[in-house]
Amino acid sequence: MQSKLNLDQSLIDKARESAGKIAEDTQVFIEQHTTVTVERTVTRLLGIDGVDEIDKPLPNVVVDNIKDGGGLSMGAAYWIGNAMIHTGKEPQQIAEMVAVGELDLTKTPVADEAKIKSVVTELAGRMAERIRKNREQRTGLIERLGEGSQPYIYVIVATGNIYEDVLQAQAAARQGADIIAVIRTTAQSLLDYVPYGPTTEGFGGTYATQENFRIMRKALDEVGEEVGRYIRLCNYCSGLCMPEIAAMGAMERLDVMLNDALYGILFRDINMQRTLVDQYFSRIINGFAGIIINTGEDNYLTTADAVEEAHTVLASQFINEQFALKAGIPEEQMGLGHAFEMNPDIKNGFLLELAQAQMAREIFPKAPLKYMPPTKFMTGNIFKGHIQDTLFNMVAIMSNQGIQLLGMLTEAIHTPLLMDRALSIENAKYIFNNARNLGDEIEYKKDGIIQKRAHEVLKQAADMLEQIETEGLLSTIEQGKFAGVKRALDGGKGLQGVTRKHEKYFNPFIDLMLGGDR
Amino acid sequence: MAIQQVDLTKIKPYGDTMNDGMVQVSFTLPIPCGEEAKEAARRLALKMGLEEPSVVHAEDLGVGYTMFVLYGKCQHTIDYTTIEVPKVDVEAMDKYGVEEFIEENIGRDVVIIGACTGTDAHTVGIDAIMNMKGFHGHYGLERYKGIQAYNLGSQVDNEEFVAKAIELKADALLVSQVVTQKDVHIPNLTQLVELLEAEGIRDKVVLVCGGPRLSHELAKELGYDAGFGSGSYAEDVASFVVNEIVKRGLVK
Repeated sequence: MQSKLNLDQSLIDKARESAGKIAEDTQVFIEQHTTVTVERTVTRLLGIDGVDEIDKPLPNVVVDNIKDGGGLSMGAAYWIGNAMIHTGKEPQQIAEMVAVGELDLTKTPVADEAKIKSVVTELAGRMAERIRKNREQRTGLIERLGEGSQPYIYVIVATGNIYEDVLQAQAAARQGADIIAVIRTTAQSLLDYVPYGPTTEGFGGTYATQENFRIMRKALDEVGEEVGRYIRLCNYCSGLCMPEIAAMGAMERLDVMLNDALYGILFRDINMQRTLVDQYFSRIINGFAGIIINTGEDNYLTTADAVEEAHTVLASQFINEQFALKAGIPEEQMGLGHAFEMNPDIKNGFLLELAQAQMAREIFPKAPLKYMPPTKFMTGNIFKGHIQDTLFNMVAIMSNQGIQLLGMLTEAIHTPLLMDRALSIENAKYIFNNARNLGDEIEYKKDGIIQKRAHEVLKQAADMLEQIETEGLLSTIEQGKFAGVKRALDGGKGLQGVTRKHEKYFNPFIDLMLGGDR
Repeated sequence: MAIQQVDLTKIKPYGDTMNDGMVQVSFTLPIPCGEEAKEAARRLALKMGLEEPSVVHAEDLGVGYTMFVLYGKCQHTIDYTTIEVPKVDVEAMDKYGVEEFIEENIGRDVVIIGACTGTDAHTVGIDAIMNMKGFHGHYGLERYKGIQAYNLGSQVDNEEFVAKAIELKADALLVSQVVTQKDVHIPNLTQLVELLEAEGIRDKVVLVCGGPRLSHELAKELGYDAGFGSGSYAEDVASFVVNEIVKRGLVK
C-alpha cells in the first residue's frame, strides 16, 4: 500500500522495536506465573463444566480444592491427570466427586509424572481437535455463504435476556450487520467465576455463559443461512475470567473477542499481574481458535483527551500487537482499537480524526482495525448524534477500517432500541456504499494538516514507547501514563489468584495451541 | 393581530405557527409493515392525544416489526405559570469564587471524595467533575485550591466508599450513576444513605449524587442533599458543597 501520509518508516520500525522489547520484558514475568482463572480454563478445556448444589461452577470447585491443598503451582492439569489415573474416571466425574467431598485432589496418591502427562495430553489433544474443527467449520461457512465486506458492520445487543437478544441479533443481521456483540451485564468482569446456563436477567447486558454462547451461535447460523452471509459472534474476553471466556468461545465457535492486554488494569482496576498472565493464555486460545481479538485503546479516550493523548492509543496498539504476537495471534486476527472521540467543536477535528485513522491503517496494514464511534461527546440531541456517527462512518470508509462498531444516535441515553440499531445500520450502509472507493481517489497534501498531524502523533508514540522501554511497562502504568489512570503493582482486584509456577508446572494446552500446526 | 401571542397558561407545542401543536414521534410496533400497521400507528397517535396524525415513514425492521415516523397536533395544553421544579438553590460561583469562598468562610481544605458506586463502571461523569482536566473547558475539582479531591473510580462498593469517607474525613461525597437501566441506581443510592446513617455520619457530610438521568428532586427524595443532572460542571457542584458546609455548620 502506498503511504498517503508519508510516514517515516524508520520511526515506525523503532516504535515497533521498543514495543517488542517491552513485551519481551513483561513476558518473563508472565511465563513464571499462573492464576486461578488460567487453571479453571484448563479444567474447562479438559471437559469440566456444570455447577455444584450451590450453583458454584465446577471449574471453581476443582481449582479451589487444588489451591486450598497448596497445589496450584503445579497446574490443574497435573492434579486432574493424577486423579484420572487413580480413579480411572473422566475429569467431569472427578469434578463431581470433588464437589461432594469424595475426592481431595492434592491428597490423592501421586502417580508417575510421565504417565500423568501422557493421559492429560491425549485428552487435551481431543479438545484441541474440537476447536480446530470449529475453525474449519467457520472457514467452510464463509466460503459457502460469503461474508460482508470490510468495514464489517458491528452492532451490539444488550437486553439482559438471551432470548430477547436473539430476536434483536437476527433483526440486525437482516438489516445488514456482520458482527453481533452480546454486551455483558454490568460488573460481570469483576466476578471471579463464569455463571452457568441460559440467563434472562442482566443490567445493561447479558451474562456471558457457555449456554448463552451456544444459543446465540445457533441463532446467527440460522439467520446467516437466510441472508446468505456468515454472521460473526462477538463477546468480551476481559475481566477476572479472561481465559475461561476464551475457552468457552473457542468451544462454541465465537468469531470475535474483546481481548486487551491492559484494559482490565486501567478500567476495571484488576490487578496488573493478574491481567498480564491471564491475557497471555486467553490470547493463545483466541489465536488458535481463529478468533479476531479486539483491543480496547478506544477506552483511553473516554477518560483522556482524544487530541492530546492520541499518541497513547498508538503506543498501546504497538504494545498490544507485540503481546498478541507472543501469544501466536497473526496480524489478520488483530483488531487493534481506536476511536472517533474528539470534541466536535474543534476546528478541523474531522481532519485530525482522519489522520489518526489513516495512520493506524498504514502502520498496521494487515490488521482488521476496530474503529469505535463517538461516545464521550454524544448527548441527548439524537439528531446531531446521528450526524456525528455519519462523519465517523465517512472516516472509516475513507481509511479502510476493518471493523466498524456502529455508533447509535441514542448512545448517551440507553442501550440500543431495535429502531436505533436499524437507523444506525442504514446510516453505515448508505455511507459505505455511497463513498465506497473514495479512499482510493484521495491523496493527502504533502505537509498539510493531515500529514503533519500523523507525523506528530507517530513521533510522540515512538518517544513514549522508548521511555516505557527504559522504565518498564508496569512502572509506566503505575505512573498513570495510559488514559491518565494510575494503578499499583499490588493494587486492584484478583492479585490473590496469582501464583508462581512450580518447576514441574504442567499445562498441555500452551504447547498444543501455540506450537505445531494449526 | 398578525401573530397569535403565547398564552402561558395554555402552552402547546410549536411547529411553525403558534398553537399548531406540532409533534414528531418515532416508535416501533411489533407488527409487520403494511397498511394495517400504518393505521395502527395512526390510531395509537390519536390515543396519545395527537390530532390529525400522519404517518410519514414506515419501515420493516427485519423481524416483522415496523418503525414509524409520525406527525400530529397535540391537543393538550400545560399551564406554565404554575410550574415549580425543585432546584439546587445556590448561586453558582466560578472556580476562583469557590476558592475565595473556601479561604474566607472555611479556612481549611475541603475534602471531597467521589466514585461510581455499585456495579457502575462508567466514570465519564465523575471524571468530568473531579479530574484535573475537567470537561468542556471547566476544570475539575482536583485543580481547585483549597479542595482535596479523591476520585475513587468505578465499581466502588458502598461499604468501601463509606470506609474511605471515614478514613479521609471527607466533607462531601459525590456519587455518580450513569447506568440507570431498570432503575438499578435506586437501591444502590438508597443503600449508601442507609450505610452512612448506620455509621452515624450522614449529618456530618454533604451528600451529592449526579448523572445524566438524575434530578435534584429524585436526589432529595432518596435522602441526598443535592442531585446534578447533565450539563452540570465542577463549579456547580463545588458551589453547592462549600455553601452547604457553611450553612450546616460543618466548618469545625
